[in-house]
Amino acid sequence: MADDIRALSAQLAQDPQSLVFLRLGEALRRRGQLDAALRVAMNGLERHPHLADAHDLYARILTDKHDYERAFDEWDMAVRIAPNHTGALKGLAFLYFKVGDLAQAEAHLENARKVEPDDPSIDQAIAMMRRGVSPPAPTATAADSTTAASSTAGSPTAASSTAPAPPAGALDEARVFSGLEGANEGLLLIDGAGRVLGGALRDRAGSDVTDAVAAYLAGVSQEAARTAKLLGLGAWNGLSAEGQHGNVHLAHPTPEALLLVVRERGMPLGRLAILAQRATIMARRWLEKT
Amino acid sequence: MSTALDHITRVRGVRGAMLVSAEDGIVVAEQLMEGIKGGAVAALAASLAGRLRRAMEAAGTGTSVFWHLQAEQGALLVVPGGNAQGGILVVAVAEPDVNIGLVRLELLRAAESVV
Repeated sequence: MADDIRALSAQLAQDPQSLVFLRLGEALRRRGQLDAALRVAMNGLERHPHLADAHDLYARILTDKHDYERAFDEWDMAVRIAPNHTGALKGLAFLYFKVGDLAQAEAHLENARKVEPDDPSIDQAIAMMRRGVSPPAPTATAADSTTAASSTAGSPTAASSTAPAPPAGALDEARVFSGLEGANEGLLLIDGAGRVLGGALRDRAGSDVTDAVAAYLAGVSQEAARTAKLLGLGAWNGLSAEGQHGNVHLAHPTPEALLLVVRERGMPLGRLAILAQRATIMARRWLEKT
Repeated sequence: MSTALDHITRVRGVRGAMLVSAEDGIVVAEQLMEGIKGGAVAALAASLAGRLRRAMEAAGTGTSVFWHLQAEQGALLVVPGGNAQGGILVVAVAEPDVNIGLVRLELLRAAESVV
C-alpha cells in the first residue's frame, strides 16, 4: 500500500491536473492518514471544483474525521453536480440517519436504488433503517470486504464511492458498473473483437492497461465456448484464474461480449465470482439499453 | 508422471487428467475416461492458457497459478507448472459437482512433482 501511495504521489507530481488525486486521497484515507488525504482532496477540488467524485472523496474523509456538517455540504454539492451519484446519495442517507431524519435517509436511499436497482447494500440499508438499526459510521477499511460493505449498508463507503476514479475519458464508460463494489476500476467489458465497451484497468503501478488487456482477451469467449463444447460440458459460465499478484474472473454477459473482473489476491475466487455475477447482470442490462 | 495423474483422477467427480505441453498443446501424459478427445482438449487448453497468461500479465496480476473454466455440465481445471510459457499444464476435466478445492490441491501437487 505504501508503494501504491508513493507511485500515486509520483504520478500526481508529474501531472498535477490529472484525476489521480482521487485514488491517492482514497488510498491515504484507507490507511487512516486523514490529514494527508484531506490535503490531497482539497488540492484536487481546487483544480476540479465541478467534479462530483472529488466532493464525494472530500466528504468521505470529513466523515472519517467526524466532521459531519461539512461532509453533508460536500455530498450535497456532489448530488447537485451529479444527481445520480450513488456514493453521495448513500452518504447523505447515512448522515440523515445519524441526525434521526429517517424519512430523508430513506428518500435518499430510494433515489440511489432507482439509479442502482441491483445494489443489494441499498436494500439492506433501507431494511436496517426500518428496523431502527443504525448502520455503522464509514470506516477507512469498510470497503475492503463484502461483509463490511453489506454491514455498513447506508454508509457511503459501501460501494462505488470507495473505488479509485478512472481517467477522465473513461468516466462515462465506467458508469456501466456504477454502484458496484470497486465500480471504477478492475472491471472491463469488451466485445468479441477486443474493443472496449466499458470499464477500465490499471496495473499495479497505476498505468492504464485497458487496451492491452482487451486485445489479449479478444477471442477468449469463443475459445472457451469451443473448449467446453468439445468436452461435452455445455455452455461455459465463467472462468476464474488465480494469479501471483491478483485474481481474475471472466464471464460473458452476451455471447459476444466478455466481462473481466480483476481484484487483488486477497479476494477469494468464490467472492470474485459473486462480484462478477453482479457485474454481468449490470453489463447485460447496459448492453440492452445501448 | 502417471502417479501424479493417479492422485488427480482419484478425486470423486474427476473424469480425466492430462499433462500438456504449454507451448505446443501436445499431450505429454493422460488418464482420460472414454469419449474425451485428449488431443483436441490439450490444444484448446494450451491456447486458452496462453491468452489468459498474456492478459493476466498485462493486467498486472502476474502469471496464472490456477484457472478454472466453469460450464453447465462440468469444468476444466488447469495448473500451469514451471515456466508457464514453455512448461507443462496439468489439466483435469471434472463433473459440475466436483470438489474444486481438492482438485486444485492435487493439480498443484502434480505440477510440483512433474516440473
